[in-house]
Amino acid sequence: MNENLFTSFITPMMLGLPLVTLIILFPSLLFPSSNRLINNRLISLQQWALQLMSKQMMSIHNTKGQTWTLMLMSLILFIGSTNLLGLLPHSFTPTTQLSMNLGMAIPLWAGAVITGFRNKTKASLAHFLPQGTPTPLIPMLVIIETISLFIQPMALAVRLTANITAGHLLIHLIGGATLALTSISPTTALITFIILILLTILEFAVAMIQAYVFTLLVSLYLHDNT
Amino acid sequence: LASLMNLMEKKLLEVKLGELPSWILMRDFTPSGIAGAFQRGYYRYYNKYVNVKKGSIAGLSMVLAAYVFLNYCRSYKELKHERLRKYH
Repeated sequence: MNENLFTSFITPMMLGLPLVTLIILFPSLLFPSSNRLINNRLISLQQWALQLMSKQMMSIHNTKGQTWTLMLMSLILFIGSTNLLGLLPHSFTPTTQLSMNLGMAIPLWAGAVITGFRNKTKASLAHFLPQGTPTPLIPMLVIIETISLFIQPMALAVRLTANITAGHLLIHLIGGATLALTSISPTTALITFIILILLTILEFAVAMIQAYVFTLLVSLYLHDNT
Repeated sequence: LASLMNLMEKKLLEVKLGELPSWILMRDFTPSGIAGAFQRGYYRYYNKYVNVKKGSIAGLSMVLAAYVFLNYCRSYKELKHERLRKYH
């Protein structure tokens, strides 16, 4: 059972060909683009959701920060759709791979921080020291703030990986337990099945929330730095 | 030849069985030809099921069902061992 549990997380290859590229590109098929004013239902729904998200997330930024709208909206769409597609049976979720989440988190965080350092050097450096700290504490606090700054991209990536991976593992385990229990004691199997249903609902929520949290944090780092 | 010209314009269902090998060999297998085939297939599905006035959930769920099926085929090798058998 141990080997079975983790085989759903290995990178899919087929005859040595990277199938994982196709799987990563698949969500783009589900978001058609259109030039018309009035579209079909699918596109209208997506446009409504996109407008809602962009208004909610980008209203706190100034003009310079709002140039990042395209990046952040495509980020939240990508992470949300990838996580939700991973809840289908037998599918592979790219966001369970730490490599991919690091590849998303580090450039975005670095972009926000470097923008801040280039354009508002004094204000960016001032972030290292909260207001009103007593003088003897200053050296220690600068070190702590530096560490907390550099841990931001790691935390972004590991948070997403761990949440999605843990959710998938729990679903596998509880599903397996339900199956094994049906022959031993149907009542317990029923209880476990109800737990599975609740867990699946949680996973749907987590999929979308994680996308939101990732994007929100990137936008917060951006807000600090523009 | 007249028969070759006729062959070019026929779709798959109109080709007679004896002409099938020459029909297949005549298709465009260059990269741009294959890309064109995928594009035409995509737009055929899209315009029939999604890009309509009252599109339903079926347009999207058929795509997702095909995705699930393809992933099942991909991981059949590992799933084979999880069948209900007395001796594995």
